[in-house]
Amino acid sequence: MSWALVGIGVLGAPLLGGLLFGIDRKITARLQGRKGPPIVQPFYDVIKLLAKDSTYTNRRQVFYLYSHLLWMLVALVILLTRQDFLVFVFALTFSEVSLALAGFATKSPYSHVGSNRELLQILASEPVLVFMAFALYLATGSFLTGGVFLIDEPLLFSYPLLFLAVLLVLTILMRKSPFDISSSAHAHQEIVRGISTEFSGKYLALLEIAHWVELIIILIIVFLFWVKPWWAGVLLALGAYFLELLIDNTYARLKLGTMVRTTWAWGFGLSLVNILYFTL
Amino acid sequence: MNLVHLAQAKSPWVLHYDASSCNGCDIETVACLTPLYDIERFGAVPIGSPKHADMLLVTGNVNHKSKRVLRNIYDQMTEPKVVVAIGICATSSGVFHQSYNVLGGADQAVPVDVYISGCPPRPEAIIDAIIMGAEKLKKKWKEEEHPVKRSNQGSDTERSTADVG
Repeated sequence: MSWALVGIGVLGAPLLGGLLFGIDRKITARLQGRKGPPIVQPFYDVIKLLAKDSTYTNRRQVFYLYSHLLWMLVALVILLTRQDFLVFVFALTFSEVSLALAGFATKSPYSHVGSNRELLQILASEPVLVFMAFALYLATGSFLTGGVFLIDEPLLFSYPLLFLAVLLVLTILMRKSPFDISSSAHAHQEIVRGISTEFSGKYLALLEIAHWVELIIILIIVFLFWVKPWWAGVLLALGAYFLELLIDNTYARLKLGTMVRTTWAWGFGLSLVNILYFTL
Repeated sequence: MNLVHLAQAKSPWVLHYDASSCNGCDIETVACLTPLYDIERFGAVPIGSPKHADMLLVTGNVNHKSKRVLRNIYDQMTEPKVVVAIGICATSSGVFHQSYNVLGGADQAVPVDVYISGCPPRPEAIIDAIIMGAEKLKKKWKEEEHPVKRSNQGSDTERSTADVG
């Protein structure tokens, strides 16, 4: 894996992610019978935010927001260079925890509510990704992400139930209904603005760019389930993306407890059953 | 064309504050978000936090209680920002003018950039006002590059020419 390709990935991922978010907003609008904003709307938003005055309540908040974006990029590089999937999960978790800490760095009760919810989201979503790492190890004999390129059969055929569990978790990672607990995208209502209440200007733009990278990371996770031929994985990722949009538009937000119960019961259950079945 | 100016005109995030409205203007403002009027096609998104907002939509006249709150919200918004007064109450306090408990329009608390009359104004007129406000965002940003002390805040306001209901 050449470093030039990694550079292209790191620079291209936010651009592609932003474009996908624009398509997301357009599709969502069409599903609701609206015309919707132009596809480049997320870029307008971020450019505007970068030009806006930025305030922060204290410097820790700024540090954690940069850390959120940085570790998200580190997670992306780990995936692109086909490194250890477990380390990738840790980098992703550290990025999410940085975001929660940025929310906790202020004294606003609304951002504290958002941060608490973000932590619960991590609690609900990350274990399934760890299960995916185990599944990867059992299938390929290594935690390296590159292992999926060496096996003949797509991971999806060995782990259909785990794939369902990952789809469940993707809803949380993509901040879509019914599990958009800590901060929902679009024009959804929120307790003031959840975790991002106290971020403004370019610091909010950092958060948006990190979301774009996160979306690409999520699509790569889906892609790993079917890497040969590569277009099947891309189709699978785009299909999962559209499915999430459909779910987002047909479900209201559920309560915190429901999210944790659902992901722990169904997410853990499906993953465990699948992994046990695979090993037996 | 300047990319930043384009982005600012295309992405006004609005914050709605009800100073003491009868909810007529509020309903029409919220109607702008429905599929029929779909204000998001112009990039305008209702936002919960003043720190994210570019535009403050004020409905209803300002009284002694709401003046402090309105000022507080306005102060929390970061530059560049514009204020749109929606409805005749927020413009000049309408039929409540000179009531003992009413201070006047939104301009009694914060500098207003766009006034829009009507009781309530039609959603088309509100959309027109928001787009007008987004154009003013660009001008304000240019002013920040070359700061000019404004002597008369009331003189550079604009009035919407749209059909009012």
